[in-house]
Amino acid sequence: MTWIWSNLDLIWDRTIDHLVLSVPSIFLSFVIALPFGWLAHRYRTSRAVILTTVGVLYAIPSLPLFIVLPFIVGTSIRSPLNLIIALTLYGVALMVRVVADGLGSVDRDVQQSATAVGFSGWTSFWQVELPLAGPVLLAGLRVVAVSTVSLATVGAVIGAQNLGSLFTDGFQRGIQAEIIAGIVATVLLALALDAVLVLLGRLLMPWTRRSASGARTRRDAVVAGVAT
Amino acid sequence: MSFLIDTLAWLSDPANWVGAGGIPTRLAQHLLFTLVTLVIAAAIAVPIGFLIGHTGRGRGFAVATSGAFRAIPTLGLLTLVALWVGIGLNAPYVALTVLAIPPILAGAYTGFEAVDRKVIDAARAVGMSEAQIVLKVELPLGLPLLIGGLRSATLQVVATATLAAYVADFGLGRYLFAGLRTRDYGEMLGGSILVILLAIVLEGVFALVQKLVVPRGVTAGLPTDIPGGSSRSRPVMESTIEEGNSNVHST
Repeated sequence: MTWIWSNLDLIWDRTIDHLVLSVPSIFLSFVIALPFGWLAHRYRTSRAVILTTVGVLYAIPSLPLFIVLPFIVGTSIRSPLNLIIALTLYGVALMVRVVADGLGSVDRDVQQSATAVGFSGWTSFWQVELPLAGPVLLAGLRVVAVSTVSLATVGAVIGAQNLGSLFTDGFQRGIQAEIIAGIVATVLLALALDAVLVLLGRLLMPWTRRSASGARTRRDAVVAGVAT
Repeated sequence: MSFLIDTLAWLSDPANWVGAGGIPTRLAQHLLFTLVTLVIAAAIAVPIGFLIGHTGRGRGFAVATSGAFRAIPTLGLLTLVALWVGIGLNAPYVALTVLAIPPILAGAYTGFEAVDRKVIDAARAVGMSEAQIVLKVELPLGLPLLIGGLRSATLQVVATATLAAYVADFGLGRYLFAGLRTRDYGEMLGGSILVILLAIVLEGVFALVQKLVVPRGVTAGLPTDIPGGSSRSRPVMESTIEEGNSNVHST
């Protein structure tokens, strides 16, 4: 415990480092996954190609990816940019499938009604399909946020600074309290980002609070990570 | 492009393919470790998952734990357990078994839950015992999702076993850490490529198994066009047709 009290500054600095890595990755994952998810939802050929690609991408273990990526994109192995690119790739891999599923869950009749009252494909996507897919997208994004925060710690073993540095440093110096502090800080950060997303969801989709049970089964499958 | 040549040179060097530190030995260690961890985790998680899925009790608890475990950083758990039990293989075994349980548990109970209640009622109505319902109805129908859980657990274990080389001298991850320390690009890239290939091959095998275990009766009943047509295949006059609504055409 004494270690924690005398090193609060260090924990805070690493938390900020961690936020700088995670938040851009989560945001970029969502933005990049939207068009790919739409493509996977819309056409059968692109669906097969895109979903297979993201499946393979998601299967790649993080540590080897962190090491191989700098040689492909030319970043320095310890730079935050390297980790952000890798974490974004994982986020996209997870989110594309969710976007495709979410858009697929929109009732066909509703889409046809939107067309009937004069929505174009573009406005129908932004004003009808995307909001209705919202709850599924939010559930997926929450999973992305939590796993991104957890995954970023792996970067510490290649020398990138973040909350994971507390694990490597604590392990090498034999300080249990440092590792425990790192785990607690990581989990708290994940929960905080998760809470922010839930709040954003309530602000942007006020109607979901009334009829949340409809999307529950699908959402639980997404959260459990076993949706096929 | 010199790193590419280094990598190919490292991968094709016969000296790296023999002995205790050779690629076949490390690969075998990695695979054996993954298998043992999964078997222990499955032995714990599958019965609990089936119980939750069959009775419907403790579901909220299972959802909450599998969600919470995702937030726990694997590296943190690994280093902490290593400090407790000492450097060696015990720490990775404990840490990885703990990490593999939630996805398998989730696969087991969602698999059971996904079974249509009417199917279970039908099974009960034709006189099946509870044990028969579990073994002959719920298990085969829920198997694809259970395999899905095993699949994500396997990926997690293979990936984290690589990381475990940080606290124990074993597996393919050793090449990554040794290469990082000595700035030997050939070794760290070669090792990384081997791990990535292993993960992708296992992913492919599981994807195949997941398709194969779908019972034939289920495949036959699946709709063939995936996007699905409109729920109204013909124009709706007057009121919609609803299940159990007998006076649809009474007007």
